[in-house]
Amino acid sequence: MNDILQTVDWSRAQFALTAIYHWLFVPLTLGLSVLCAIMETFYVRTCDPYWRITARFWMRLFGVNFAIGVATGLILEFEFGTNWSNYSYFVGDIFGAPLAIEGIMAFFLESTFIAVMFFGWDKVSRRFHLAATWLTAIGANLSALWILVANAWMQHPVGCTFNLETVRNEMTSFWEVLFSPVAINKFVHTVTSSFVLAALFVVGVSAWYLLRNRELLVARRSIAVASYFGLFFSLVAAMSGDRSGAVIARTQPMKLAAMEALYDGEQGAPLTVIGGFRPETQRRSGEEFYFKIDIPRLLSVMSFRDADAYVAGINDLVWGNPKHGIMSVSEKMRRGKVAVAELDRYRRARAERDRAAMNEIAAKFDPSTVEGETFLTEYFAYFGYGYLKAPTDAVPHIPLLFFSFRVMVGLGLLFIALFAALCWYAWHDVLSRDKCRWLLLAAVWSVPLAYAASQAGWIVAEVGRQPWAIQDMMPVGIAVSKLPSASVIVTFFIFLALFTGLLAAEIGIMMKQIQKGPDKR
Amino acid sequence: MESERANILLRAAKFYVDGFRSMTLGRTLWAVILIKLFIMFAVLRVFFFRDPMASKSARERADAVLENFAAAETPGVRTEYINDNL
Repeated sequence: MNDILQTVDWSRAQFALTAIYHWLFVPLTLGLSVLCAIMETFYVRTCDPYWRITARFWMRLFGVNFAIGVATGLILEFEFGTNWSNYSYFVGDIFGAPLAIEGIMAFFLESTFIAVMFFGWDKVSRRFHLAATWLTAIGANLSALWILVANAWMQHPVGCTFNLETVRNEMTSFWEVLFSPVAINKFVHTVTSSFVLAALFVVGVSAWYLLRNRELLVARRSIAVASYFGLFFSLVAAMSGDRSGAVIARTQPMKLAAMEALYDGEQGAPLTVIGGFRPETQRRSGEEFYFKIDIPRLLSVMSFRDADAYVAGINDLVWGNPKHGIMSVSEKMRRGKVAVAELDRYRRARAERDRAAMNEIAAKFDPSTVEGETFLTEYFAYFGYGYLKAPTDAVPHIPLLFFSFRVMVGLGLLFIALFAALCWYAWHDVLSRDKCRWLLLAAVWSVPLAYAASQAGWIVAEVGRQPWAIQDMMPVGIAVSKLPSASVIVTFFIFLALFTGLLAAEIGIMMKQIQKGPDKR
Repeated sequence: MESERANILLRAAKFYVDGFRSMTLGRTLWAVILIKLFIMFAVLRVFFFRDPMASKSARERADAVLENFAAAETPGVRTEYINDNL
């Protein structure tokens, strides 16, 4: 393996490691902040001191998670600059603007009101304190919006134009970037699934108290709030997930085909519930699985809201399917190479200060002319394909996507059932270790499962985009900086040690605080 | 007016000072935050994460990226490729 390939793979591994660890902290912050605000609202409305004790207890755990997780995302930004400098430069202000807004918003909103939230009990009025708690929760979730908008643009680049002179993409419509269907769905799905994770954390810890027959009132109230909250948002997450599938069918059909391991497209395509893959060398057309369980036509319905709709398979997308108007990857590669070659010509003309050649090439990249519009839509739209070595390079890792998707969806459905059962028991006020021990045990075990589902969701989103850093525009091999692979390997292990230490600190401090229980003073 | 503003600032400062003084668990958490920030900014940022573009002018950055794009391994990319395929 040559050094640049090692650099690409280690840079990807490093980014994945950092993002996975970062995402262990973020969803709990997003959801628990809202749950704390809801519990404090009950306190302000009822003046019942037990609601105050309950809200303060969860706020303490929120504080532990926030403190350990804060700034872990900054390492991702370091990596953008160092390991992904071509990418960072190429995406320009499109990626920079949302991240800058996120930084300002996170800094001013969260850091101002979080101080009032923690230091302000008995020092400011109850209503002012409640407002600070809600603003902290809103600030945290709005921060997530900007990060997710930036990520959504990588999945579906819109609202931009390529500037040949600066060699970077420039934003033409902020609103198109912000309100792209991918961005809206990604925000709703990610935030609501984070709410579900936080609700499972609350019911899991509370169930542990009930199993130990301690903190009964705080635990029952917490389960009551978190199970209704969790049930509502797990249903919203399911609906937004369904909507995401329909959006992906249009914007990233290869991701959908790989998620479903749909090799050959069909009309009235079935949804595979579960299946066992044959080894890659033994997969023949129509015989990719040892066994599988399908629901007829469901994939067509979910993708295009039509039971007879044609859903493209991996082979259609790689080799083309003229009957359904699908261009082959090899044709896209041909067009992409034309765009790359034009860029190379421009580089040489600029080095030689050949004004005539520069103007001639610049006209092809000018969207306001007919020639430019044709070149940009017919050739530059496939720029990234110009760097692929073979048509099959456009296919992401199918088994990883297939199983990650099923882990996410399967656990999501399990959580809906768990929340529904907890709501029923909470409604009838019969939550105790004598009457529903099995359910309380299930609630405790659902906490690690919630993290597994959350991580699986990101694996689907990010592995499904491969080989692209920016969909169709830039493959990861071009996005990476020319660094010696040894330095990336060293930092990979430094991060592994640092983040593992942080995670151990989080779990240790969190367990100690849970053992200690609510402060009843 | 001046004294009123000074009073508000004084109260805000006292709010934070009292808050930090009365921390128990918070002291441990601040220790974790400060150690983490030190490792990130004084070690990782300085020694491992230097932005290769940071010292370049806008024009030099554009040239460097253009160079990287053109120099990437792209079989079949030649100027004559355009004439054959466009």
